[in-house]
Amino acid sequence: MSFLKIDKVTKTYGPLEVLHEINIDIEEGEFLVLVGPSGCGKSTLLNMIAGLEDISSGEISIRGRNMNAVHPSARNIAMVFQSYALYPNMTVAGNIQFGLEMHGVPKPERDKAVSDVAQLLQITHLLDRKPGQLSGGQRQRVAMGRALVRDPDVFLFDEPLSNLDAKLRVDMRTEIKKLHQKMRRTIVYVTHDQIEALTLSTRIAVMNAGSVQQLGTAKDIYESPANMFVASFMGSPSMNMIPARIVERDGQLAAHISNADGQTFALKLVCDLDALSGYRDREVILGIRPEAITNLDGADKTASHCEVVDNRVDVIEPAGSDTFVLTELCGRECNARMRADIRLNPGESVPFAINMDKVIAFDPALEQRIFKDAP
Amino acid sequence: MANASAHPAIKASGHWRAMIYLILVLFALFYLLPFGVMVLNAFKPLDEIRGGNMLAFPEFWTVEPWRAAWSETQIGIDPTGLSPYFWNSVKMVVPAVLIATLLGALNGYVLTKWRFRGDRLIFGLMLFACFIPYQVVLIPMARILGVMGLAGSTAGLVMVHVIYGLSFSTLYFRNYYMMFPTELIRAAQIDGAGFFRIFFRIMLPNSGPIIVVSVIWLFTNIWNDFLFGASFADFDSQPMTVALNNLVSSSTGVKEYNVHFAGAILAAVPTLVVYVVAGRYFVRGLMAGSVKG
Repeated sequence: MSFLKIDKVTKTYGPLEVLHEINIDIEEGEFLVLVGPSGCGKSTLLNMIAGLEDISSGEISIRGRNMNAVHPSARNIAMVFQSYALYPNMTVAGNIQFGLEMHGVPKPERDKAVSDVAQLLQITHLLDRKPGQLSGGQRQRVAMGRALVRDPDVFLFDEPLSNLDAKLRVDMRTEIKKLHQKMRRTIVYVTHDQIEALTLSTRIAVMNAGSVQQLGTAKDIYESPANMFVASFMGSPSMNMIPARIVERDGQLAAHISNADGQTFALKLVCDLDALSGYRDREVILGIRPEAITNLDGADKTASHCEVVDNRVDVIEPAGSDTFVLTELCGRECNARMRADIRLNPGESVPFAINMDKVIAFDPALEQRIFKDAP
Repeated sequence: MANASAHPAIKASGHWRAMIYLILVLFALFYLLPFGVMVLNAFKPLDEIRGGNMLAFPEFWTVEPWRAAWSETQIGIDPTGLSPYFWNSVKMVVPAVLIATLLGALNGYVLTKWRFRGDRLIFGLMLFACFIPYQVVLIPMARILGVMGLAGSTAGLVMVHVIYGLSFSTLYFRNYYMMFPTELIRAAQIDGAGFFRIFFRIMLPNSGPIIVVSVIWLFTNIWNDFLFGASFADFDSQPMTVALNNLVSSSTGVKEYNVHFAGAILAAVPTLVVYVVAGRYFVRGLMAGSVKG
């Protein structure tokens, strides 16, 4: 029995179904991130777990107890909101202890709990201030304090970092991760930021248009995305999608591609060969991460097979730690990730090394990954 | 606000600035003239007024007209002065303002944070009540007060004013609470607060500016109301406005203009005080939400 079970849950507004049969099982202590573009239904799902939205059909249970008709305050959950939702008329201490007061916890216990949490989050010196006198990062801490003090079964985070500036966001991200490692509590975390999803999660549910596209660890999602949506949504810069033709030569499968000057190359395929053999003489979409396309001496030495393609350099984008080089493959813009100190000029033709271990293929019509065991 | 005045839209040079101030001062004087005349004449003996010059300063300053207006002069048939009616007004205005504000806040809370099917229609109907002229409801209201046994009582007047005030206070609070972040309500729900706890612990303490707006609006309107006071009140529940009218129209031979002026000012003092004390918040509250920051 999983700790938090989302079983065939749907949400409809009148005739419109916005969530289609969501099934997610979450184990105790897991950090599940719901990630997707805005409007994909991730916040709606979180609000349904919290009890702030009704469940149209299906069931949500925590510790085996059906929560469908249970009031939010009785679900033993705590939530951190995007706007922090601190009560402006109360002090920090008042904010943190409000939930305990509403649940009838006696004053001495409340004070003890508040001071423990304040110590954990290093906000003891702020306890007498009002939220209006705090910076964004401090408010964020107070909002987490309010959630922590309740000692709930499940923490729900609704895009908690999206109101912070870039630097603070990275710091708080690390702090949330540390907190999770220390407390080992069950967390469901909603974000539209794929980096947050990859760094924080123990598992990720990628959502789009009201359904879960893929559920898996950060490594699963990044390295073997189930479909083209997941592939292009997760990762920055996003995965290159190159149309190619599968051919068989000398008993080996290869993908035919053309470079910016119209030269064609045959890339020998090494992954998912069984499934791909069914695509002989058909078009597929090759998915190649930017880091799998490099300059020759930057190529991964552990790769079982590399292909070299001469191609024209269109744009060079130095990003500090790496340099991204834009080129063209089969008429599509293609992003390659090279060493930071690479010396290149736009317009010149250079060899690009493609790590074939990391090349995956999608069915262009279904937009689904072509897997080993697929038909 | 401070920023707005520090950076005027049009920069005026010295001469222009002097001209602008001069014109503004003239307009202000013109606007204050009637009130000035009232104040001056309220401190004059009656002889001086009958001497002819209303605009002159008093030659002999006296507070006798004020004392007379407050406690001695003839109102209707009794020489009681205005004081009993002043307290009648207070007994009517204070409960009416408090009840109408509290219920308006409750309405606004429900209409924005506990939406239900048809809430817009209900709000529209309540808003419509703002535009119903007082005269239209006089007769049906008299009948209702009679049936309820509240005719001629302060309680009856309070009820009438609460009903009329409610449409305005609901409008104010509803618009204010539209801007109120719903996440706060959700956070409080998860924290375990119910409908009324959220209202009293979260909503009301964060409604300062709009409470001030509502109180000022209701206070001025109810205090200044004459029609309902004249129609629905008995002798022992008549408000200040009706008594002032009776003072001016009671005839004992001479028209005591100085007493009338003093009485009129006494009747206006409470609304003036409310504006002076809370006026800052009034403008702030009316503007709340219209401009960010």
